[in-house]
Amino acid sequence: MALPPLPRPYQDTAAYWQAAREHRFIIQKCSDCGEYQFYPRGVCSHCLSSALDWQEASGKGEVYSFSINYRAPHPGFAEQTPFVLALVTLAEGPRMMTNIVDCDPEAVKIGMAVTVTFDDVTEEVTLPKFRPA
Amino acid sequence: MANALRDVAIVGVAESDLGRVPDKSKFQLSAEASRLALDDAGLSVKDVDGLFTTIITEGGQFSSMMMAEYMGITPRFTDSTSIGGSSFVVYVEHAAMAIAAGLCDVALICHGSTNISDRGGKGGPVSQSTEVFGPTQFEEPYGVSTVGSYALAAQRHMHEYGTTSEQLAEIAVATRKWASLNPKARMRDPITIDDVMNSRVIASPLHLLDCCLVTDAGGAVVLTSLERARDLKKAPVRVLGAGEAHTHRMISQMPDLTQTAAAISGKLAFERSGLTHADIDVAEIYDSFTITVLLTLESLGFCAKGEGGAFVANQRTAPGGDFPMNTQGGALSYTHPGMFGIFTIIEAVRQVRGECDNRQVPGARIALCNGTGGTLSSTGTIILGRD
Repeated sequence: MALPPLPRPYQDTAAYWQAAREHRFIIQKCSDCGEYQFYPRGVCSHCLSSALDWQEASGKGEVYSFSINYRAPHPGFAEQTPFVLALVTLAEGPRMMTNIVDCDPEAVKIGMAVTVTFDDVTEEVTLPKFRPA
Repeated sequence: MANALRDVAIVGVAESDLGRVPDKSKFQLSAEASRLALDDAGLSVKDVDGLFTTIITEGGQFSSMMMAEYMGITPRFTDSTSIGGSSFVVYVEHAAMAIAAGLCDVALICHGSTNISDRGGKGGPVSQSTEVFGPTQFEEPYGVSTVGSYALAAQRHMHEYGTTSEQLAEIAVATRKWASLNPKARMRDPITIDDVMNSRVIASPLHLLDCCLVTDAGGAVVLTSLERARDLKKAPVRVLGAGEAHTHRMISQMPDLTQTAAAISGKLAFERSGLTHADIDVAEIYDSFTITVLLTLESLGFCAKGEGGAFVANQRTAPGGDFPMNTQGGALSYTHPGMFGIFTIIEAVRQVRGECDNRQVPGARIALCNGTGGTLSSTGTIILGRD
């Protein structure tokens, strides 16, 4: 079975992906300006500070937008199509791309409360996804 | 600010072979379009001293050096700004600036792509990557695609403003009517709102007929000073105003899914031109998807935010409507080789010159082009006018 494209962790993102493997969902907060950010970077995208802290996120959020995808964008998605591509606004403020899982795609709505869940795609890679809260 | 861009003109435009061109490389399509555009201007490749191009597919590294070498050009101004399909519209601003500053005299903007032949003649996805490095590793593992990204924007616009699929379909239907008047357009058979609504859903809420074509194509545009332009073959088309902006790279980072960077680039282009929306006779709006057009019309200020659906209703943008738009048939029905920007310029110039036969907008003197690149990420807006 083909796999979807998977992240190759690098300097900015290794801690995030390692936490995901441990089923923990962490995001960055700037200790200079106090803003949260997603995705992980080597500097704060609000003030360019390098003083970033990893914080355990609540894992709560709401659907900002979504699309039921009927065509696999890559052979690795053939067996999970149709799937729900979504943007979720995290309780902490930043927005991220994800999939909404564990529910009927037709039941997904903008504004729906969701909570993080972990998809162990391989032994090395776990993807944080979201399900109805 | 004083507008030095006004002293620069587009003097030549051309397409290469379009559609399915499996026997020609993307480099050849770009070079042949360049030759034809230079012919259109009455200039030769020896005159070119500024080159503007980007290729984002295989073989495209160091694009401007590679295409200069391929065509035997030694530019003293070079630009491979690569911000997606809007790049070529943005090049008009860059080229006009370079010419106005005396950094080059004859600027060639060119593009070639074998987007359909590269896929073995079939549309659809090409990604085979297994590992993702860089920030896109926060999107690709979730199955992001171009259509999926634009679908997220469409869904949000519908949620916030009550926009409907029927309203988006109005754009596809009107654009097809223009294509039926253009012998070079790939899809010329009329379609109805129901045809769009009944075409299969690719990524909700977008249907197949909300999506652009996938073709091979090349295009080129030549600019020089207005002074020199007045001695050339065709009537000069002046660059009256221009603007550019980008707000994000990845759709997940887009500040507001219902507003594009055209809110910035369009405002700049209008301010610099000293013109208003009422002055625009014809609009060439990048139409990768129907939603791209709707968001762009709002962002450019042709209507208020949220009113795009009502704006395009009743075939307003079709031949005979009071807002002629995408008059060659657009990316939806004419051609789309992955980046469409250059074709908005080619058509705008032809409309302003009065060269468009059956599809000519009567009396068109001023045209607006807006390119969109990436995933609603970057925009270039230019306003062109008859000398």
